[in-house]
Amino acid sequence: MKLRNVLLAALLVLVVAGTAVAAEPIRIGVFLPLTGRVAFGGQLELEGVQMAHKEVSEVLGRPVELFVVDNKTDKVESANAVKRLVEHDKVVAVIGSYGSSLAMAGGEVAEAAKIPMMGTSCTNPLVTLGKEYVFRACFIDPYQGAAAATYAYNTLGMKKAAILIDVANDYCVGLANFFKQSYKKLGGEVVSELMYNSGDQDFTAQLTEIISKGPDLLYIPADFAEGAIIMKQARELGADFQIMGGDAMDNPEIVSIGGDAVEGFIHTTFPYDPSMKDMSDIAKTFTENWSKLHPDKEPNVNAALGYDSYMLVINAIEKAGSAEPDAIRDALAATKDFPGVTGSKTINETHDAESPVGVVQIKGAKKLFIDIVEPVL
Amino acid sequence: MSGSLFVQHLFNAVTLGSLYGLIAIGYTMVYGILRLINFAHGEVFMLGAYFVFFGISLFHLPWGVAVIGSIAVSSLCGIFVDRIAYKPLRSAPRISALISAIGVSFLIQNLAIVIFGGIPRPVARPDWLVQVMKVGEVRIIPLAIVVPLVTLALVLGLLWIVYRTKPGLAMRAISKDIETTRLMGVSVNKIIAFTFGLGSALAAASGIMWALRYPQIQPFMGLVPGLKAFIAAVFGGIGSIQGAVIGGMLLGLIEIMAVAFFPQLSGYRDAFAFVLLIIILLLKPTGLMGEKLEDKI
Repeated sequence: MKLRNVLLAALLVLVVAGTAVAAEPIRIGVFLPLTGRVAFGGQLELEGVQMAHKEVSEVLGRPVELFVVDNKTDKVESANAVKRLVEHDKVVAVIGSYGSSLAMAGGEVAEAAKIPMMGTSCTNPLVTLGKEYVFRACFIDPYQGAAAATYAYNTLGMKKAAILIDVANDYCVGLANFFKQSYKKLGGEVVSELMYNSGDQDFTAQLTEIISKGPDLLYIPADFAEGAIIMKQARELGADFQIMGGDAMDNPEIVSIGGDAVEGFIHTTFPYDPSMKDMSDIAKTFTENWSKLHPDKEPNVNAALGYDSYMLVINAIEKAGSAEPDAIRDALAATKDFPGVTGSKTINETHDAESPVGVVQIKGAKKLFIDIVEPVL
Repeated sequence: MSGSLFVQHLFNAVTLGSLYGLIAIGYTMVYGILRLINFAHGEVFMLGAYFVFFGISLFHLPWGVAVIGSIAVSSLCGIFVDRIAYKPLRSAPRISALISAIGVSFLIQNLAIVIFGGIPRPVARPDWLVQVMKVGEVRIIPLAIVVPLVTLALVLGLLWIVYRTKPGLAMRAISKDIETTRLMGVSVNKIIAFTFGLGSALAAASGIMWALRYPQIQPFMGLVPGLKAFIAAVFGGIGSIQGAVIGGMLLGLIEIMAVAFFPQLSGYRDAFAFVLLIIILLLKPTGLMGEKLEDKI
């Protein structure tokens, strides 16, 4: 009786140890806004991460397991999400988030826990500022804002701009300021600078005021939820100026949502779009594979960034030859010329992935990738 | 500021104000009768807009049918919410029902995200409502005139129901003393359900008008307008139907004119509304048209 118990116990230990050795997974966390005001952005990026995970689900001979937590488009929830991933799910790296404010809140937790974090489309410089463990797969807003200003002033020849800013959103405030700095430096004049708050739906007062100032251009570094509705109201009030925005306006559904009002709208974005002419091979493969996986959904830049973020982390784990957070961090910091869907990625000193800035215009109810800009900084 | 610019601002303000008023009368009616601030009002507002959207885009209903259908379905939603979230708490302290209302509000918002998706959707509008008319320098869409008229019509209709019909009489009786009303042989729960149905119909109607004016709907669209309308209702004197409309109008006017005259302070537009609420509560706790508070003996 006793012997049988001992044997059984030994067998059990062997079985448990055996599976542990064979399949100890590498745990990677993902925190994105899957509900809340910018849920559509987070959902697109999650689809990109999941597609990448489907393609490469093993590294260093170990399976990769994804842990996804919703940050609910809320700064506090975002910090909680990362805390949960680190403490409960014991992840070795986190990916996220869409939205700079959310990424900043999560980044503080990741930094304190010394777990590397790969930001997807959070472009505000403060996200990685002074952080040892926080990286991102995209360019930053000083660069993007300068590119928008350069394009407006040099290429379009527009000398008078108005700006409409969401004061409750770090991304919008930052991007608007960088645009303004560069635009003024180039010689342009900012004739009106007005504000609103996230969640507002009536912009008639601000727009009436802006229209009365007669600008050539209205720059709205807005979130997608507000951008289209601002344009609709502007056109209804008789605005005939050019409207420009940032990467947050990049969404495959912009035409179906904005209709006539978004015709002619120009926005800066990351250098990937299904309408891009000379696509890199990896971008082509991504586009094809995406269409196979989601036949009813257009490939989009957010999914591409989600995809790139996952691949950057996997690449770092492979280069490091270890799934220790510190080793991953060092390998991420040393990333050079990594071929991503959204361009070749080199992580610079401030932990940003340098890449050119793309320009997209809505023409004939279609999104067209029209240019790549080198900003005059 | 030039004259035409001012008139343009004024038009924007009246449209926005009457929308606030329209939402506020729903709040104020339920409060007046049950002393419950129905925080789910903003969510029924959102559902109303979504039902019209689905009616038109999925079932290809004609516009008018979709609107009536949406108002009917939204009333049922309101009655259902009352049945599951408020009725069990009828004899509990008032604060419990209030918390339940906040919970219902969050629940509906997030259910909407799961079911409808988080992405904003465009709203199809009948052309005649949005054909821009130019009067001198001022640009007006017919909708900007239709919205205040609809608000006026609904207020008159509501006043008629409350003051001229039997259910209205019962509603007013419940607002005075629920127990005595029950003793008089009134089916209190039926009347309360009717109140919620009516309140939700108003919420849906205002959601539809809102979606016509700002033709993009998303699950969180009821949040900010709901809060603003709540302020309008308190401003006008919560419980007073006329007060809600006046409160809404003034709130719209203040918000738009604050931006028009102090463009550099436009980021504080919402703050104007909330500061106003605080001032009103300090100076006149019962609002502009509110009844005097009297302790019941």
